[in-house]
Amino acid sequence: MRRTMLFLPGNNPNMVMNGGVLGADSIIFDLEDAVAPDQKDAARELVRCALEMLDFGGCEIIVRINALDTPYWKEDLEAMIPLKPDVIMPTKVSGAAYIHELEAKMAEEEEKNGIEIGRTRIIPLLETTLGIENAFEIARSTKRMAALYLGAEDLTADLRCRRTKEGNEIAYARGRLVCAARAAGIDAYDTPFTDVEDLAGLKKDAELARGLGYTGKAVISPRHVDIVNAVFSPSKEDVAYARDVFAAMEEAKEQGKGAVSLRGKMIDAPIVERARQVLEAAAQIGGMLDE
Amino acid sequence: MSKLAGSLREAIAASGLRDGMCISFHHHLRSGDYVLNMVLDEIAAMGIRDLTVNASSIHDGHAPMIEHMKSGVVTGLETNYIGPAVGRAISEGVLKNPVIFRTHGSRPSDLEQGVSKIDVAFLAAPTADPMGNCTGKIGKSACGSLGYAFVDAQCAAKTVVITDNLVDYPLYDWSISEDFVDYVVQVDAIGDPRGIVSGTTRMPKDPIALRIAQTAARAIDASGLLKDGVSFQTGAGGASLATADFLKQIMLEKHIKGSYALGGITGYIVDMLNEGLFEAIQDVQCFDLKAVESLRTNPRHMEITASRYASPTAKSTAAGSLDVVVLGATQIDLDFNVNVHTDSKGYIIGGSGGHTDVAACAKLTVIVAPLSRARMPIVVDRVLTVSTPGSSVDMLVTQYGIAVNPARPELKEALQKAHLPVKDIGELKALADKINGAPKKREIKKDRIVAKVQNRDGSLLDVIYGV
Repeated sequence: MRRTMLFLPGNNPNMVMNGGVLGADSIIFDLEDAVAPDQKDAARELVRCALEMLDFGGCEIIVRINALDTPYWKEDLEAMIPLKPDVIMPTKVSGAAYIHELEAKMAEEEEKNGIEIGRTRIIPLLETTLGIENAFEIARSTKRMAALYLGAEDLTADLRCRRTKEGNEIAYARGRLVCAARAAGIDAYDTPFTDVEDLAGLKKDAELARGLGYTGKAVISPRHVDIVNAVFSPSKEDVAYARDVFAAMEEAKEQGKGAVSLRGKMIDAPIVERARQVLEAAAQIGGMLDE
Repeated sequence: MSKLAGSLREAIAASGLRDGMCISFHHHLRSGDYVLNMVLDEIAAMGIRDLTVNASSIHDGHAPMIEHMKSGVVTGLETNYIGPAVGRAISEGVLKNPVIFRTHGSRPSDLEQGVSKIDVAFLAAPTADPMGNCTGKIGKSACGSLGYAFVDAQCAAKTVVITDNLVDYPLYDWSISEDFVDYVVQVDAIGDPRGIVSGTTRMPKDPIALRIAQTAARAIDASGLLKDGVSFQTGAGGASLATADFLKQIMLEKHIKGSYALGGITGYIVDMLNEGLFEAIQDVQCFDLKAVESLRTNPRHMEITASRYASPTAKSTAAGSLDVVVLGATQIDLDFNVNVHTDSKGYIIGGSGGHTDVAACAKLTVIVAPLSRARMPIVVDRVLTVSTPGSSVDMLVTQYGIAVNPARPELKEALQKAHLPVKDIGELKALADKINGAPKKREIKKDRIVAKVQNRDGSLLDVIYGV
C-alpha cells in the first residue's frame, strides 16, 4: 500500500524512533531539507542506528538523500544502502541521466555489501519544470523505479508563480506526472499539503489527487496521515460493489453466460480490473473484508 | 456576632492553634495558591511548631514550606499529591515524619470517619461574606469548584475562611456554608490567577500522544461501553485530554449521548456538555477558566464534594457509577500496578489524587502512556511505588500497542475483533528495553521511609524510601 508517505526529520530522535507507529504506509527518513548542513552526519548516524535496531512495523522504508549536486549524497548512500532501505528518494530529479548516475552508485554499494543489485528501489522527487517535462523518461529510466513523486513547492518557484491551496498552478504538472507514471506502470505520489492545521483543506486536496489517479500523497505531519489514508482507501461501498462484480462473474461462469451484467450495466474488463484493485487494497488495509 | 478577624494572626490565635496540632488546606488554587504559604509564615512567626499539614495536594508554588519543614514548624504531612519541588526535598529527608499519602476519596472518608483529624482548617475562598459563606465561582481569584474543601470545613474543629473578595452578607450562591465557619479573614490576594487555572487547556500536538489517544478511544469504543448513557473521566494531561477529543468524534459520528463527565474539568469537557454529548458534568475541580465560567452559569455543570466524588465509605459516589476512566502513569509493571508517586530515581513527583479511586470504581480503566519517556521505559518489571494496584487496571495503551490485563479476557477478545494492536505486556516491556536499552537497576537504600502510600481503604499499599 502506498497511500501515505510520511516525512520524518532524520535528526529528530523521537520522530525517528516512533516512525513505525504513526499510521503511514511508507516513512521517509529525511537527510535533505529537514536537516541543516552541520547536522548531516548526525542525522545519518541516527537513521543508521534506527534502521539497525528498530522494527518499523511493516512500513515501507524510504531514505531521502541529498541532491547529486551536493557533497553529501554519496556518503548518504554509503551509509544507507547496507541497511537495506526499501527505497532511495533522490531530489530535484531532472532527467534520466540523473537517475543513471544515482543507480550506478547504488549498484556499487549494493555489490560492496553483498546485496542483490537492483534490490533498492527509487522514488524520485520531481520538483523542477524540467523534471516534469521529462517525467515519462524518468519513470522508464530504470527497473528500480517504484513511483514518481511530485514536489510542488520548489516547482512553483521554478514556474515563477505563487503556490496556492487551490493548486491551479500545478494542475498541468499533476496531470503530466500521473500520466507518465501510469504509462510506465508505476505509482504516483502527490505533493504534501503544507498547512498542518487545515485538515478540511487537506482532505479536499487529497480527494483532488485521488480523483486524478494518484496512488497516494506525501505528508509532512503525522496529523495528516489518517485523513490521507482514508481518502486513498476504498470505501465500504467500493468493497461491496467489487465483491458483487466477482460474484456476478462467478455466477455467469457457472451458467455458461458470455456477457455479464450487474445492476443493469455490462461488466467489462476495466470494471473487473478496478474491482480486483479495490479488493486487493482492502485486503492490505486489513479489517475491511470482515464486515 | 462577627466572625471577621482583624488579621490572619488574630484568627490563628483565636482558633487556639498550638504546638503539635494538625492544620489543613485545599488545593483548588493549585500552584498559584498564596494561602498555605502565608498561614505557615504567620504560624512560624508566632512561634508555633511541630505541626502536621493535611492538604488535599501540595504544588510547586508551596516550595516555601520546605523551609518550615527544615525549621521544625512542619513535621508531618498528609496529602494526596506532592509536586516535584516539595517532593524532592521530602525524598531527601527534610520532613521529620513520613508523609501519609491518601487518595482524593480516602481523605474525606478518613476525616468523616474520624480516622484522621484536623484542628484548624484554613480555607482559601475566592469570594466570602463576613459569616463565612463562600464560593470559588466568582472573584478575582476564582477557581470554580471547591470540591475538596467541603470536608475540611465540616470536619475541622475550627475553620478559618481566608478571602480576597469579601462581599455583603448573605452571599447567595455559596458552596460552603457559614454553619461550618468560625473566622473570616480578608487579605489582599489569596493567589496568583496565572497559577490558579490556565486560560485555556491546550490540546497536545505531540504526534505520539495523539496516536496513543486515538488508539485508546478506538479501544474504548471496541469495549462496548461507548453507548448512550456512558459516563467517563479523563485527566487534563496530554494523551488523556486528547483521548477525550477522539471519543468526542466517535460519539458525534455514532450519535451517542452520554450521562455525565466526572473529575477535574477542562474546557474540552465543557464543550462536550454544550454540544449535547453529556447530560451533566460532576465537577470536583476546575482546570481552566472555561470550566470556571461553565460551573458558574450552567446548572448542568455541578459542583460536587470530594466525598461524593470518590469516598469509599460514602453511601454512593459519582466514581461508583463511572463507566470509563482514562489515566496516566509514570510507570506500569507486568502486573499492571501503576506508579504515579515517584520518578525513575525514586524521587516523589506526584501522588494518586483520584487515580486509585476512579481506577477501582470504573468499569473500564485505561492507562495511556508512551512506551518510554526520555529513554526511560514506562513498562517495567516492578514499579518503584505501587500507587494503584494492577487489579484496578484493565488495559495499557501505548503507541506500540495495547496490553490487556489477563483478568479481562473478554476485553482482549473484543479489542482483537476490532483489529486493534493487542500485545502481551511483556512484549511491550521487551520492546521498550530493545529501543532504550534496559536501564541499570537502581539501588534503593531502605534505611529511611519518607512516605507511606495508603490504598483507598486505608491499608498500606507501599512505602517510599529516601533518596
